[in-house]
Formats: sequence, structure tokens, C-alpha cells
Amino acid sequence: MFSQPDRAGFMPFAQLPSLVSRLSALGYRCLGPTRENGAIVMRELESPADLPRGLQAEQAPGHYRLTSDPHNRYFAWSNGPQAIKPLSFAPQESLWRVERDEAGSLRFAAVLPAADKQAIIGVRACDLAALALQDAHFLRAGRRDPHYARRREQLFLVAVQCAEPASTCFCASTGDGPTPTAGYDLALAELADGFVAVAGSDKGDAVLKTLSLAPATSRQIEAARQQGAAAAAAQTRRLPGRNLRDALMSRLEHPRWDEVAARCLACGNCTAVCPTCFCHAEIDEPALNGQASRHERIWDSCFGESHGHLHGFNVRPDIRSRYRQWLTHKLATWHDQFGRSGCVGCGRCIAWCPVGIDLTEETAALIEGGQP
Amino acid sequence: MKGPTAIPVKPRVAVHKFSSCDGCQLALLNLGEDLLELAERVELVHFAEAGPIDPMAEVDVAFVEGSVSTPEDLERIRHIREHSRMLIAIGACATSGGIQALRNNADGAEWVTRIYSHPEAIASLAHSTPISSHVKVDFELWGCPVSGPQMLAVVNALLLGAAPRDNADKVCTECKRHGYPCVMVSRGIACMGPVTRAGCGALCPGLGRDCYGCYGPAENANTDALAAQFGRQGLEPRAVVRRFQSINSQAPAFLAAADKARMACDE
Amino acid sequence: MNAPLSLDAGPPHAATVVARIQESPTIFTLQLRLDDAAAQAAYRFAPGQFNMLYLVGVGEVAISIMSDPEDRNGVGHTIRAVGRVTQGLAALQPGDRVGLRGPFGRGWPLQEMGGRDVVLVLGGLGCAPVVSVIHYILRRRERFGRLVIIQGVKHAEDLIWREQYDRWSKLPDTQVLVAADQGAALWPWHVGRVTALFDLASFNPERAAAMMCGPEGMMRVAAEQLLARGLPESSLYLSMERNMQCAVGRCGHCQLGGSFVCRDGPVFSWGQVKALLAHRGY
Repeated sequence: MFSQPDRAGFMPFAQLPSLVSRLSALGYRCLGPTRENGAIVMRELESPADLPRGLQAEQAPGHYRLTSDPHNRYFAWSNGPQAIKPLSFAPQESLWRVERDEAGSLRFAAVLPAADKQAIIGVRACDLAALALQDAHFLRAGRRDPHYARRREQLFLVAVQCAEPASTCFCASTGDGPTPTAGYDLALAELADGFVAVAGSDKGDAVLKTLSLAPATSRQIEAARQQGAAAAAAQTRRLPGRNLRDALMSRLEHPRWDEVAARCLACGNCTAVCPTCFCHAEIDEPALNGQASRHERIWDSCFGESHGHLHGFNVRPDIRSRYRQWLTHKLATWHDQFGRSGCVGCGRCIAWCPVGIDLTEETAALIEGGQP
Repeated sequence: MKGPTAIPVKPRVAVHKFSSCDGCQLALLNLGEDLLELAERVELVHFAEAGPIDPMAEVDVAFVEGSVSTPEDLERIRHIREHSRMLIAIGACATSGGIQALRNNADGAEWVTRIYSHPEAIASLAHSTPISSHVKVDFELWGCPVSGPQMLAVVNALLLGAAPRDNADKVCTECKRHGYPCVMVSRGIACMGPVTRAGCGALCPGLGRDCYGCYGPAENANTDALAAQFGRQGLEPRAVVRRFQSINSQAPAFLAAADKARMACDE
Repeated sequence: MNAPLSLDAGPPHAATVVARIQESPTIFTLQLRLDDAAAQAAYRFAPGQFNMLYLVGVGEVAISIMSDPEDRNGVGHTIRAVGRVTQGLAALQPGDRVGLRGPFGRGWPLQEMGGRDVVLVLGGLGCAPVVSVIHYILRRRERFGRLVIIQGVKHAEDLIWREQYDRWSKLPDTQVLVAADQGAALWPWHVGRVTALFDLASFNPERAAAMMCGPEGMMRVAAEQLLARGLPESSLYLSMERNMQCAVGRCGHCQLGGSFVCRDGPVFSWGQVKALLAHRGY
């Protein structure tokens, strides 16, 4: 976000509400971090002054607690239980409906979401990297998903640099953070008295201009840059490499899979909080009169029973094969599909695993233990 | 479950009650207008809570609420099976024996003498058992109580000539679709969601509290791993036993988990 | 409304059951015709591709296309009633309506097989993807070399279309080898493992191609046998089965390593999948 320092502005804290007001005035529903049930979640900001301040997220395997930030910053909370995935890839939505007319013929019609313009304040670099992967999947050339596309094109993304990574974060090792580099409309880096602000799109540039910010000084930019470097250096977790495809695919019968299967609940929480997981099931919601139905898609998980279901048998009946499917898809076969790993280092699968299974630890045990 | 072979256009339906609290029947009644619309498409021949009474009738589909808990229940469930083309067990009592099955691990007769002034008036079997322990069950709908939408989905599927859709995934799948932060992770409380069958819409975690397993075990329920985590969260082995010995105490996965935790109590 | 040639995008298209044939106690064939006559006329597919059939209010299921690609009267699907949707489809009668999307996936590379001996390996019940190829070849017999059909079933009574096998076995340049693990009275074929029959297959491995469908374990053993006979790996193809819900490489269920079976398959060359077939649960 610092590639064109001459175009960076400085937004004092007092001006943060005017950014929110400006986006609202442009017709955006503004979402931002909100404290709910002990976690930071993205909710509609009722007023520009709603952003919570002075919160940190203490995270560890299977553990998430909000604590206070001694520096009273707006964005010291690293991340929450969910990235922005639900805003473009809805947890449940209708794809089409069908009705039987009086002559008995079937009439099918696509159902497209009435997507609102939404601005999200507080998007992390890992979230942006994940969104780019979701785009690659759902907006693939020749096979654009119209539902995803409609929601996606309504998003205005205000990214924020991470200055306070959680212990579960490892975006530096995947190359996706902690400073946003692409995919945002606006990006902010929080300093002691305000934000270094840059635009990453024409939309963002237009908004930034209306705020009439003073240019950021070179000291401010340097402070932000160093803050990002310090946040990267502070990360304690890492993956053993950026391309683990061959290493993992040559260890499909490693005993570690059995060992992790004994600990894994197969609850699918890791897949639900993973910002790149895209699996979904299709189900019907028939009308009561028996003459119509809605065809829906809902988030699904490779940890569920029906994911590998095939007439009469299940391709992945046990937890071992489900965990292996998840990890090897994420870190290995994702390379075949999208040219990179499917992990952006956000650490949610570690923190939000109820039993604290650590993807980086499992991967290291599989790979660094040598080939069995 | 095998699909229903050629369910008639307007199937005859009965709703039977065994040892239970009637809550699952209420789930059906609470559907209100939806129930009226549905009633147009079926012939309700027996549903005591709603009006029609003909318990001995020959039907296409029998919904059975409650567990087999008395000698009379034993007789009746066989009769119902013989006179129903499909039998669907609804609710925790009918699918696992219910809360009253807690007596299966205790001296039930002794409880009776302590509770009732005329224990000789109580005809109770030593164990409360699910319907499937006695007769063939075509489909089981878990939950205490089952939810209205679940009931609708089952009836609707049958009317469309298909087997009901079974969902044995964990409560967590619904919890995450709703966007609820995990209460185990964010509050450190012992939630049964990761081993419990979905269907309730993650009602309890949505209110910031723990799931207590009222929908029974999910498929591939790793109760060992969850019990170990409960222990790390500070739950005493006795408390872990109670987590699994509740509404679905006799569901095999929960029974085995409780037995293991009980052994830890003894050590 | 979608253009006729993009029947695979968006919602299904209405179709009517024009014929229903009970092939065995659990297997039936539905001949479907798209209600939109122009769409029906424009509908094209390759053997080995599949359609998504939709039963109102119940859901969709992936079904291999059985009919001949040049048959303009309708599209044939041979279905085994085993799941919610297929059991519901089994109850349909001529005149009933369903939804249809398709065709999806890659079919058999039949263009590359012209002039070559063709070995077809079928395991288990139905095996529609390969049966459709047999019909395809027999109608264009002059374009291919020898035809060897190797079919294995568990029980003798699992073999449907038994008269067809009898008929095929009498054709010139055609060899039919059938085995049942468990035989029955009047069973004219081999009793035992189908893999015992590969040595009897008569074809020229240097100019042959093979196509297989059936249980993965059976296909693995069959592949070993064919490769041992000298068939080049690049001439061996198989049709894979996985859970398919969207059919366009989106829902994620059918992934086999980096491939989406619905989009990159269901027909694969042996080299594409052999490594993963060795691992149970992949």
C-alpha cells in the first residue's frame, strides 16, 4: 500500500466518522467491526461513531478472547471469527425456483439476490487475498457464478493494515499480509493519531478525494511501513513452505493422518471460518402445495457425511480421510486449481477449532518428520 | 431408508403418542397455517392433540412420538407397525428412549417406590427404549423437541414420493451458517454441538449458551476428542458424564462416551 | 430463457418422460425430451457425458447419457434406484415432467479411437457410460477394429441386458467375456473374478484403446492387466464417479485431487488418476 507514497493521505482519527458518512451518502450500507458474543464480527454500523476502540483479540489454538488494547487503537484486534466471505458467498441462498403450471408443465426461473451496495471497514490483508481466491473460483472465465458476482460487485472494501497480529496469524509466511497490497478500494494504516490512507481503485480514489486529506508525511509513511514489518516479524507461526504440493501428496499414507483424526471432531468449523473454502451443497425447499420448489445452496464442508456421498457408499467415510482431503486440498491440490496455496495465513482454522488443532503444526509434523 | 413406493395422492396419516411430553406433537401443531395447508394434502385419521382419534386405524404413514416404557406400549407399537406402511419415529424419546431412559442406568423400581405413594399402581418397564428397539422404523427424526420445519420437510418429501432428506452433520454446520461465534472458543464453555446432530438451527449457541445435545449424536461423533477438550476446559469427569447423560443418554455414541468418562471418575 | 445451446447454465430446462423401460428390479431407463422443441433439436452431447436430472421438490442427480448422440428423438438415461432422487425418478411414468441440465463433463475420446481395437471393461450394475459406447461403436462398426467387451458382476442376476451380450458375442470381430463372482443356474459365462478373463481377450495392444467403468478397485486391477498385456497407458481411459451437485466445477464435492470430476472428467486418462486411485478415501 506504500508503492506510491506521494498519493497517500493522512486521516486524523476525528475524520474517521466522515469516511463512514461519505460512504453512507454514496448509498453504501456500512459494515464494520462490532463486539458481539465476545468476538469481533462485521455488522452494520448504526452511526459513524460506532467503531469499537481499544480492543485486542487474544488468540491461541481453540481460544479467542477480547482484551483491552493499552494504546486504545481502532484496529488492534487482528481478526474475528469470520472473514468477509459471507458477504459475497452467502451461507444460504436461492439459485432458482420451479413451478408446475395448470397444464403440468414446469417453469424454471433463476433467482438472483437483490444485493445492496456494501462498504466494509476493517478488511485485513489475509481477507483480501482470500477474496481474490474466491473470485478466481466463482468468477472463473466462462463459468461466472451470477449470485456471487452480483454480491461481489457491490462491495467497497476498506482494508486496514495489521499492527497487532494474533499468535495464530501466519500471513507473513504465506505472503498475504500483514500489510494490504492489492484488492482494496481504500487501505488504512493506523498510527497513534490517525491513519495513513491510500486508494487502490478508482472508486476508492473518488472517495478519498472527497475527504480532502492532507498528504501523509514521509515520516508517517515510514512509521506505517515499519509497523507492518514489525507485525510480520512478530508472527510466531509459519508454514514450512509456500508450495507444499509434492511434499503433501507424497505423504497420503502418513501415520500423522490417523493421529490427527483421533483429535479432530469433524465439526467442519475450520472450513466454515476458512475464508477460501468454497464447498456448498444444493438442496430443495419444496412449497407446501407440492407444486413449486426453491433450489438453494448452503455452505457445506468436506468434514460432513454427505460431502463424499455416492450411491451406496461414502468416498470419505472416516475422519482421517476427511481431514486429509481438507488439508491436502488447501495446501496441495489448490496449486493445481488456482496456481497457489489455498491458505492465506489468517489462522482462523487454528483459533476456531474447538479442540485447537493447529494447521501449521500438523503440516510441519507431516513434512518435517520426513517421508514415512 | 428406502423410498416410499407409490404413496397415494392423499395418504392417511396418524400421529401416535407413547411415553413422552407431547412436545413433538406441539411442534406439529405450532405450524399453524402451514399445518392447515398440509392437512389439505393428507387425511389425518389419528392425531389426539389436534382432534381426530382412531388409534387402531390402518394408515400410510404413522408418526410415533415417545419411547416404549410400559408393557402396554409394547403391545401398541407392534399393532401400529402392522397397520402402517411407513413408520416414522419423531423426537428424542422415540429415537433414543428420551430423558426417561436415564432410569436405564439406575434402579428404576427403587425410584418408583421413593417417588410415588402407591408404587403398585405404576406399570413401568425397567428400561425406556426407542421405537427401533421393537419394530422396524422407516425414518428417524431426532430432537427434543423436533422442529416444525423438520416435520414439514418430512411430510413434504413423502408427498413428493421421495425419502426425507437425512442430515446427520453436526450442529456446528448450522451455527457457522448463522455466523455465531463458537461459544467453546470465545467463552470456554463445554458445548455439545461438535458431536450433536444438526436440525435445531443452532438454537442454543445462537443465544450464547452451550448446545446440550438434545438432537442426539451426529455421524462420526468424536466423543473421545470432545470429552478430552471438556477436561482441558476444566470440567470434572463427573460433569463430563452429565454432558453425555442427558436427553439422549441411551444413544449408543453418548452412552459409550458417558461410560468412558465414568471410568475416569472411578480412577 | 437461456439460448438453446447453453442448457448447462442456470436453472434446468423442462423435459417430459417419453418412455420408461424397467431394465431390472432396480434399474430403469427414462427417455426424455426437452419441452422446448428447438432446444431438443439443438441438444448435442458426446458419449460419456452426463446430465443433471431434477425431480421437483426433491433435487438433482447426475445421470450418464445412454442414448446415441445422433438420435434426435430424445435423450436416454439408465438409472439405478438407490438414492432419494433416483427412487423418486423410478416412480415416473410417460408424460411426467422433470428438469434437465446438461450435457456436462468430458466424454470418451472416440475420435482418437478410429481404426483401433477397442477393449471395453464394465464392472457392476448398469455401467451406462460404457454401454453407451458399445451401442455407439456397433452403429459405426466400420470405423473401429476388434471389439472386446469384458463385463464383471457380483451375482449372475446383476447382469442386465443379458440378451444383448448373447447377441454381441455372435457378431464378427467381437468378443464378449462375462464373469459373475457368484453364478446361477443356466449361467453361460465364467464364474469367478472378471480379472481372470483378461488373458483370454484377443486384441492388438499396440493399436488398441480401452475404456472402463465400475468400482475403482476393479478398474485398478483391470488396468494392471491391460497394461501388462502391452496396452500403452495413454490408450487407457476410465469414467469416474463422485458426488456431483452443481456439475460445473463449483460446489466442490466431486474433487479428485486437483480435478473436478464433473468438469475435468468424468472420463479421464489412466495417467491422470492412477496415483490417487491407489489411496482409499481420496
